[in-house]
Amino acid sequence: MVICVKLFAAARDLAGAGELPMELPADATVAMLRRALVNRVPSLAPLLPHIQIAVDSRYAADNDVIGPQAEVAVIPPVSGG
Amino acid sequence: MADVIQLIDSQIDTQAVLAAVATPVAGAVVLFLGTTREFTGGRQTTSLDYEAYRPMAEKTLTELADQARSRWPIEKLCIVHRLGHVPLGEASVAVAVSTAHRSAAFEAGKWLIDSLKESVPIWKRETWADGGTEWVHPGMGPT
Repeated sequence: MVICVKLFAAARDLAGAGELPMELPADATVAMLRRALVNRVPSLAPLLPHIQIAVDSRYAADNDVIGPQAEVAVIPPVSGG
Repeated sequence: MADVIQLIDSQIDTQAVLAAVATPVAGAVVLFLGTTREFTGGRQTTSLDYEAYRPMAEKTLTELADQARSRWPIEKLCIVHRLGHVPLGEASVAVAVSTAHRSAAFEAGKWLIDSLKESVPIWKRETWADGGTEWVHPGMGPT
């Protein structure tokens, strides 16, 4: 399945794009997505331990499965307020 | 009892924020404004730029408002976060709560801004007087 992953802030700057289409297996987990992101954009590696992944506007755990219709976003450490 | 929760791209109207929480049953109104501070760690800021993952930011703010309502007897609540360019001295966020008695207003207001800062997907980019800019990602070095 292809999931368009949204990226924000420093993650977007490093990836050079606000959205990256990622080819993932049908039962991909968040942990698999993290690995796929680093393979695709190696410069994301230092940011990765600090990044949370959001699936359908909720923070997701590494073993959560990403469904084919899911909206997925890379959330670097937040600094609102 | 609809809470006012907004992401806006222009100057925060504090009178409108206060009007949004006004109610004759409240004896207390607390308004918090987060403003752009000039000096941080010895460096001089000239402005901040904010961006958000908007649908999730709105959802998370609504969830925080619901949680605050379950913990404190809040009459009305308003959270406004400004996005885009915020010059020095201007407010980037307003949190207002009205309650019958003041302790709940102070506690709920503090909890809301503290929680917003921890979990809402909004990011700021500092522009420094020396011309540099960097994303603020707590826990990380300059990016």
